[in-house]
Amino acid sequence: MGVFLIALGWLLGSAIAGNGIAGLVIALVVFGILNLVAYTQGDSILLSVAGARKIKREDHPRLYNVVEEMKIASQLDKMPDIYIIDDPALNAFATGRDMNHASVAITSGLLGKLNRDELQGVIAHEIGHVKNRDVLLMAMCSVLLGTIVILSYYGSRIMMFGGMSGGGRRNSRSGSGGGGGGAIIIVVFAIVLMILAPIFAQLIYLAISRRREYLADASSALYTRNPEGLASALEKLQASTQPVKNANQATAPMYIVNPFLSRSSSPTDWTSTHPPIQERIRILRAMAGNVSYSSYNEAYQKVKGTRGGVIAPQTASLAGTVAARAPSPETGPVEEITEKVDRTREVSDLMFKLNDYRVIDCQCGTRLKIPPALRGRTIRCPHCGRLHQA
Amino acid sequence: MSWILWIVLAIVVIVVLWLWGSYNGLVRARIAVKNAWAQIDVQLKRRWDLIPNLVETVKGYKDFERATLEAVTKARASAQQAGNAPIADRAKAEGELSAALGRLMVVVERYPDLKANQNFLALQEELTGTENRISFSRQAYNDSVLQYNNKTQQFPSNVVAGMFNFQKEQEFLQATESEAERKAPKVSF
Repeated sequence: MGVFLIALGWLLGSAIAGNGIAGLVIALVVFGILNLVAYTQGDSILLSVAGARKIKREDHPRLYNVVEEMKIASQLDKMPDIYIIDDPALNAFATGRDMNHASVAITSGLLGKLNRDELQGVIAHEIGHVKNRDVLLMAMCSVLLGTIVILSYYGSRIMMFGGMSGGGRRNSRSGSGGGGGGAIIIVVFAIVLMILAPIFAQLIYLAISRRREYLADASSALYTRNPEGLASALEKLQASTQPVKNANQATAPMYIVNPFLSRSSSPTDWTSTHPPIQERIRILRAMAGNVSYSSYNEAYQKVKGTRGGVIAPQTASLAGTVAARAPSPETGPVEEITEKVDRTREVSDLMFKLNDYRVIDCQCGTRLKIPPALRGRTIRCPHCGRLHQA
Repeated sequence: MSWILWIVLAIVVIVVLWLWGSYNGLVRARIAVKNAWAQIDVQLKRRWDLIPNLVETVKGYKDFERATLEAVTKARASAQQAGNAPIADRAKAEGELSAALGRLMVVVERYPDLKANQNFLALQEELTGTENRISFSRQAYNDSVLQYNNKTQQFPSNVVAGMFNFQKEQEFLQATESEAERKAPKVSF
């Protein structure tokens, strides 16, 4: 992406002002300023946009203890700030400009649904993002992307309004004929790059984001020594379909699952900031007993059937056999609530049957109960949007 | 001829940069091991500090088994004393303290009043939390040792490690449970 920025800056500079270096300098200055703003203010802007409130140990001891355990396991120096977002949607994210100024946020909806092992897995994933400096990396990449887009946009405006009238004059003034031909080639290159650079930069940005998600999953397995924790948390996340309020394009990569849940059943791989959840679950479950990074890499290769890995070689220095631990037993309020829900569901299903309702099972797992009056119509599932014939 | 000079210079610069980065990486890994060890100490001390409170709360209950309480106090004292002893002795002392605490909790089961006491419950929570943190800090120590060992033994950083005499391998912390605990418990009705 940096290459695109530099090429774009130089070409635009050459095409517009006849001076490539000036264009490059301007591009780098814009990039630098945007980076500075994102770097210093990014986390507070993000958290206030999401509507997060900071908590102390007394407010939620379980969450605090889980975050502290993961801080110890990941060898972070300073305890990250913990925020809860009042939102029934299920999601969590991490932010912060470096390891000593990190924040972890989780929605109240997710906090109520997970047991301790799953919560630990999710928090470990977020702390993995902090430890692997993904926040900084993705901020820089998105600023890079933004600069490329800005340059393309303004470059196109200037070329359209300034270039046409100026071009003719420049041509007649230059001494030799060869000078004019060279300028046209540069202009053509600039136009091509202006159109293509934003598209390619966006694709590269999304690919980087997905790779860092895999790495954070691997870090979670390593810190908790229990990949099944994160795997079952992801299953619960997959089953829910509520989009997160206040999420936008810029903040999407830092959430644990894509906050924009598309209505279609299978989002295309290369346009998403996150890898498909099903794949992440399968990879985590394919890690048999060994939770090192090299083991995650092998599980990835096995599940995808490719030979290329997804963990960068320098992080694979944590290779070796690291044994997984057994899941911790927990009987808590979450278990009791799910039992109650199951029983209530059984009773209400019985009532529906008695009243002659028809039941349609949607592929997303929802059971649609159709009253007798609505037979013969096309029903849309409220969760995933699929159509059913009653 | 001068371009050959430039290429040689570039190669030398790259090698120097790589040596610099590699050496610093090794130093960082070594310091991380020391730091992780110190973090275990922090959690162990936290447990020591909890114990007097716990003993006081339990002592207040009439007829509580003296022997169990005394065992805990003794184990704590010997664990504190073993503070400067080599790893194996320290691990043993802390393991004995864990065992004494476990026995205390078993005895507490027979005193329903004590089990309902708010102070005691709060202390028990803290103790469980501290035990968790101790085991995670041991895990973090083992991870830092793993990283250090990998760096000093994998190519190409082992070259730099050899050049500057980094110790090749550090010891992992073994689990401290006894053979009896490792065997699966037999359940009989």
